[in-house]
Amino acid sequence: MKKITGAQAFIESLRQEGVKDVFGYPGGAVLDIFDALMDASDIHFVLTRHEQGAVHAADGYARATGRTGVCIVTSGPGATNTVTGVATACMDSIPLVVFTGQVSTHLIGNDAFQEADIVGITRPCTKHNYLVKDVADLPRVIKEAFYIARTGRPGPVLVDIPKNVQQALIAFRYPDQVRLESYNPTYRGHAGQIRRVLGVILKSRRPVIYAGGGIVLSNSSPELTEFARKLNIPVTTTLMGMGVFPSGDPLAMGMLGMHGTYAANLAVTNADCLIALGARFDDRVTGKVDEFAPRAKIVHIDIDPTSISKNVRVDLPIVGDCRMVLQGMLAELEGKGDEVSEMQAGVAPWLAQIDSWKLEQPLRYCQGELIKPQHVVEMVDELAPDDTIITTEVGQNQMWTAQFYRFREPRHFLTSGGLGTMGYGFPAAIGAQVAFPDRTVIDIAGDGSIQMNIQEIATAVQYKLPVKVFILNNTYLGMVRQWQSLFYRKRYSHTSMATSPDFVKLAEAYGAHGIRVDRPDQVKGAILEALAIKGPVFVDFVVDPEEDVYPMVPAGTAICNMLLV
Amino acid sequence: MRHAISVLVDNEAGVLSRVVGLFSGRGFNIESLSVAPTMDPTKSKIVITTTGNDAVLEQIKKQLNKLINVIKVVDCTDKDYVEREMVIVKVRAEAETRAEVLRIADIFRAKVIDVSPASYTLSLTGDVRKLEGFIEILSPVGILDFIRTGTVVMEREMQGRRKL
Repeated sequence: MKKITGAQAFIESLRQEGVKDVFGYPGGAVLDIFDALMDASDIHFVLTRHEQGAVHAADGYARATGRTGVCIVTSGPGATNTVTGVATACMDSIPLVVFTGQVSTHLIGNDAFQEADIVGITRPCTKHNYLVKDVADLPRVIKEAFYIARTGRPGPVLVDIPKNVQQALIAFRYPDQVRLESYNPTYRGHAGQIRRVLGVILKSRRPVIYAGGGIVLSNSSPELTEFARKLNIPVTTTLMGMGVFPSGDPLAMGMLGMHGTYAANLAVTNADCLIALGARFDDRVTGKVDEFAPRAKIVHIDIDPTSISKNVRVDLPIVGDCRMVLQGMLAELEGKGDEVSEMQAGVAPWLAQIDSWKLEQPLRYCQGELIKPQHVVEMVDELAPDDTIITTEVGQNQMWTAQFYRFREPRHFLTSGGLGTMGYGFPAAIGAQVAFPDRTVIDIAGDGSIQMNIQEIATAVQYKLPVKVFILNNTYLGMVRQWQSLFYRKRYSHTSMATSPDFVKLAEAYGAHGIRVDRPDQVKGAILEALAIKGPVFVDFVVDPEEDVYPMVPAGTAICNMLLV
Repeated sequence: MRHAISVLVDNEAGVLSRVVGLFSGRGFNIESLSVAPTMDPTKSKIVITTTGNDAVLEQIKKQLNKLINVIKVVDCTDKDYVEREMVIVKVRAEAETRAEVLRIADIFRAKVIDVSPASYTLSLTGDVRKLEGFIEILSPVGILDFIRTGTVVMEREMQGRRKL
């Protein structure tokens, strides 16, 4: 068999995995891979301007498509720059494979130039990671890395490849299958437990579905929607679950938790049965754990056993893939027509109660002289095409988007939920735009967050990616300022961002378009103008600097304890 | 409550670090640790003794199982098992206490493994309670130093039957 180099074997392995798009940044320890990449015209490479941007872009690509995102970066600083992106993907269970160059094996441990123990550094924030010391292991490791990243509860896998391994020769053969003795995720829920759970659900009269990112990851939004509608169960979603249930449906209650809706938080607090689907009872959702769903039997369906009974005592767990478990429950319902109609009728008073909560305290804000950020989000929702992909940064911009943009489908909203990474939204939007060049992709940003990865504007311009960045510019690190305002006696310690660049000139300097608006009556026109431009656009919305996100549950208190507008 | 958890892992570089890092990263406690290759040289056995309530132990076991290189996790506390660890104690042994130290060693079936004019060094194998008893009894005599291994455990062949 003809021998090829490790670098060529690497490219061939990517082909075998069906990889079409790769994000990254070259450097000394990956020169061989980049050299081989030049001969691979079938693999589209996107050069970001920072390794963190590359990982977030691959992450946005993965979230928008459901495929595994891929990055290649160099050793040392290239590798350490990926850490925030890797941790972001790990917290939100996003399938990524990050390849890092490493110094040659004989130099490892010698504090060589651009050496970092990236496998050691990323051990706690990857699903798994590898250092490939022998080129003979490379195809198997790549096969395993993709398999581990996308199966079970997905997550990032990092593969560290020393330079001499890239140069060594190998008789390449890609393995047909993965053999991992110790890794066998459970997909099929326990049939008996599914029946038991359904029995409890059918007897409940104040049920609530609490759906999270697991519904997105398992592509089970249709099954969830069918199940909820069949039994008349109201649905609240986490930040990661936005879009898994159509927001226009009468059963939809919006998001729950710290900035959740009044109706969702009260429904959870008063429920007699809470059905958690692919969600993990994060502290931003539960508030004070002891007072979370205190009257409910808690059902928890999740593919990751460690999520079950981690934060909240669960009465009825099912370990399995949300899609397969929901399919199992729907099949079980077939023969239970009487109980189903009994439940549908029985929950009517509960639904009426929830409707009155919705009317009592809807999400709202007051218009004023200045542009209200919520108004911008509402206008984007109104004007952008239905298949628009929205990304956000982290903070107020993220919460207003979750509250005021009516998500109708999964994979339309990409945001850093678990880690809360400022600087995520713009590169993630670039990744999503690479996957879907013809769709509208909008990053709803803050003036603070956008500056954390603003260099990626060059990437958008270089690859003609017409990403729109709508900056809700309140001249503050708004969410931190909000906390200071509410809980730190308005002592705004270092949250003023009065000195920001002129975003219009900045966009223009990079070869993009810039628009600035500071009056409410200009908002609609600016959005339409931006959407019509065929290239990347920054729109600087100068918004009310003191606007806060409400409702708000103060950290550590029960979620029924909401500060309202 | 004290638990001895036996973890079968791939015998590969970095696996111990994954296990230990899991404990520190998630705030679990390690009281003692032992690790060595098994009969199958591609596998290692790690025995960790830890304390925690049922919920913590449940999480420890689940989190360990989640690691890709972990093949099997057994909480021996749920089973009939035998356990041993070893201690080496250097104890002051001057004219008036030399005989006393040897008597204590004899009672515990400890071995004298080093002798000097003013000290004995003793080694003892047993379960945790025996070792702790030994150290307690020797303390008044004057322990100069001691070192303990982690615990090793093995399930009894006849689970749930008369202990031999």
